[in-house]
Amino acid sequence: VNERRVPMLDVLSRWFQSRAGGVLAPLAATLLAFLIGGLVVLITGENPLRAYKAIFEGTGLNWFFPWLDDIERNAAARDLQQTLLVMTPLMMTAAAVAFAFRCGLFNIGGQGQYWVGFIAALWVGTNLSGTPRIAHVALALAAAIVAGAIWGGIAGILRATVGAHEVITTIMLNWIAIYGGTYLFELEGPLHGASPSLPRSDEVLESAQIWPIWGNIQALHAGIFIAMAGLIIYAAVLNRTTLGYEVRAVGYNPEAARYGGISVAKNYFLALAISGAFAGLAGSLDILGFKHAVDTSDFATNFVGFTGIAVALLGRNRAVGMFLAALLFAALQVGTSSRQLDPAVFDPDLATDLATMIQALVIFFVAAELLVVYIWSARRHLRVRPAMVEPEVRA
Amino acid sequence: MEARSVLVGEAVRRLSPVRTIAIAGIALGLLACWVALPPWTVRTIGVPLALGLAGAALGLAAVARDERRLGLWAITASVGGTVGALWLQSQDSETIDSVLTAGLIASTLRFATPLAFAAVGGIISERSGVVNIGLEGMMLMGAFFGVWGSIWSGSWVVGILMAMVFGGLLALVHAVFSIHLLADQIVSGFAVNLLALGVTGFLYSSIYPAGIQAGQVDRVPIVNLGFLDSVPRIGDFLNTVFGSLSLLVWVMFAVVVLAYVALFKTTIGLRLRSVGEHPRAADAVGISVYGTRYVAVVISGMLAALGGAFLSIGFVGTFAENMTSGRGFIALAAVIFGKWRPGWAFAATLLFGFGFALSIPLQREADVSSSLLATLPYVLTLVAVAGLIGRSIPPAAVGRPYRKQ
Repeated sequence: VNERRVPMLDVLSRWFQSRAGGVLAPLAATLLAFLIGGLVVLITGENPLRAYKAIFEGTGLNWFFPWLDDIERNAAARDLQQTLLVMTPLMMTAAAVAFAFRCGLFNIGGQGQYWVGFIAALWVGTNLSGTPRIAHVALALAAAIVAGAIWGGIAGILRATVGAHEVITTIMLNWIAIYGGTYLFELEGPLHGASPSLPRSDEVLESAQIWPIWGNIQALHAGIFIAMAGLIIYAAVLNRTTLGYEVRAVGYNPEAARYGGISVAKNYFLALAISGAFAGLAGSLDILGFKHAVDTSDFATNFVGFTGIAVALLGRNRAVGMFLAALLFAALQVGTSSRQLDPAVFDPDLATDLATMIQALVIFFVAAELLVVYIWSARRHLRVRPAMVEPEVRA
Repeated sequence: MEARSVLVGEAVRRLSPVRTIAIAGIALGLLACWVALPPWTVRTIGVPLALGLAGAALGLAAVARDERRLGLWAITASVGGTVGALWLQSQDSETIDSVLTAGLIASTLRFATPLAFAAVGGIISERSGVVNIGLEGMMLMGAFFGVWGSIWSGSWVVGILMAMVFGGLLALVHAVFSIHLLADQIVSGFAVNLLALGVTGFLYSSIYPAGIQAGQVDRVPIVNLGFLDSVPRIGDFLNTVFGSLSLLVWVMFAVVVLAYVALFKTTIGLRLRSVGEHPRAADAVGISVYGTRYVAVVISGMLAALGGAFLSIGFVGTFAENMTSGRGFIALAAVIFGKWRPGWAFAATLLFGFGFALSIPLQREADVSSSLLATLPYVLTLVAVAGLIGRSIPPAAVGRPYRKQ
């Protein structure tokens, strides 16, 4: 039985990849994940459609509907600003994962690199008063990029020289950044702000804040354009430069790349350092445009770097894909937050965990394209039996 | 007589002069730290400094003669030893006495136990060819369902069983995706962690909206070995270290030994390792590659869940969201550090456990920031991985899905 089944699956899988896999598989994975999430809601005794509708309205995406009246539109605008604010760093932490991915490396360290960039930008942003705004912002961004690149580069150097697996080292660097960051801003910490009782940093000086562009309180800032530009740079570097070619070659087959004269070690280092730079940039966008100050408790509750992994996987490491996936996960996060979701419809405490589950399921289903192929073939199997044979024969 | 001289000759050949230099350097570095401790308690800066410098010099000499690894260790030990000694000298000896106690060893064991369970699980899974970075999530499942079972039934036994069942179930999900569906095992493992975080958080908020009171949970009993006290001379020490450990700590010792025996001394272990090294060959001689991998991954999930259950119903007696906080990943580092061997991995978990254990008295006595000390085990892991991993070789087929032909 196996002798027949597996080649057929191979053929189907290949067909799927070439024809529809690029868009359809992530779409199917997302739908499947939301379907299972809906079942979970159903088990808790709530109406999944009502819950999803409430979550959707919390995201502010209904702002695009033409039939809203002014009051609804204003409320939706505030929610949408939140969603886009959350989406901004996600695009960059996703790029941090994707760039390393294309080199065959799994960078789980986005979270740590994000924090290091965040702290570097915060330090520049709270010092150097009197610098003109554009220079101050640029300096803070640059500091964050360098800091993130160093943090990612540590893992890169270890991988390139002694072969330490980047999954382990980046995870360790995450925890070091999280606890180290907590130490910096706690009450007697070296970067603790002026407040005598709160474990909190100083506010970023006005001259270092990224310009707000939409809304009043917690307004959307111009950083979203920086992040989008970052995605374009990501795609351009990978697809249009020698560096990107070498990175992809190493990712595709390190042995062949080495044989072709490409230094695998150098590219491992560069890929992780550039990844770190993207994540560091994400951190600086958050602090300079959105948060403006940090509480030690933030270090335990912020998962931008980890969510970036899900975004990169769902977006298939493509710039456009990651843009859309970042929007999806940002919307999911904002829509399930306790500020947006009415507890009468669905308990937000549960909803945030539900969002985590949906994220996990999406990753599972994207990782196992074959599952989608199984379901696909089962569907065809049910409908018309003979049609099943045909693609096999043709191939 | 002749045989003996051959043996000596062999030993001398293996202990080449360069290696001897490097090992002497390591010894000097450790000595530099030791002179500041109780039996000697040297309080002049010169002594550890001189010893440390000598050790570092020997290390450098070894590095220059191409013995890079041992030489670097000698330099690290010398620098670390000297810094440690200087720090110890600035403390008064009473403080040091209260930091370095027999209780510290007991506490090291307690911190090492969950890591060791998960690490042994990781070894079994990876020896069969499946990377398991989902250990963290499986521990978390064990931690939650241990508490849940214990509260629901009023018995810790049920708690342990529940933990193992649900840890095994989550592992089964990982197994299906990475064995049959040919998913990238690291990605699948990452999703397992995320899923566990969501599921346990969801269940915790919906079943215990008011949190869990202390006393609700039936905890794993402590094995009281009071008779150790009557052992002459070292009785007091033995009793403090081993006298009142949780039953699960003893189970952990047994699991480490059992895993070693099963993996390296039995046919089953040989089969499991062959599946991880060369699945095609194993398949050809009639070993079921898929079956072996499924069993190995599920066992690894059950063991990791035991580690998680130790955290919740063996140690603190409650559950908190994401309470494993990266311990599964430290266990994974211990697997690699220990070169996929149970004994060595256990030694590694002791090292990391010591990092955790040391941060408690250090914080109390020396007034160092607790957050800063919390980085200690992770820094230790990073240094260890950076220093040693280069030479450790994973099972040949690890991480690669196997397709039947």
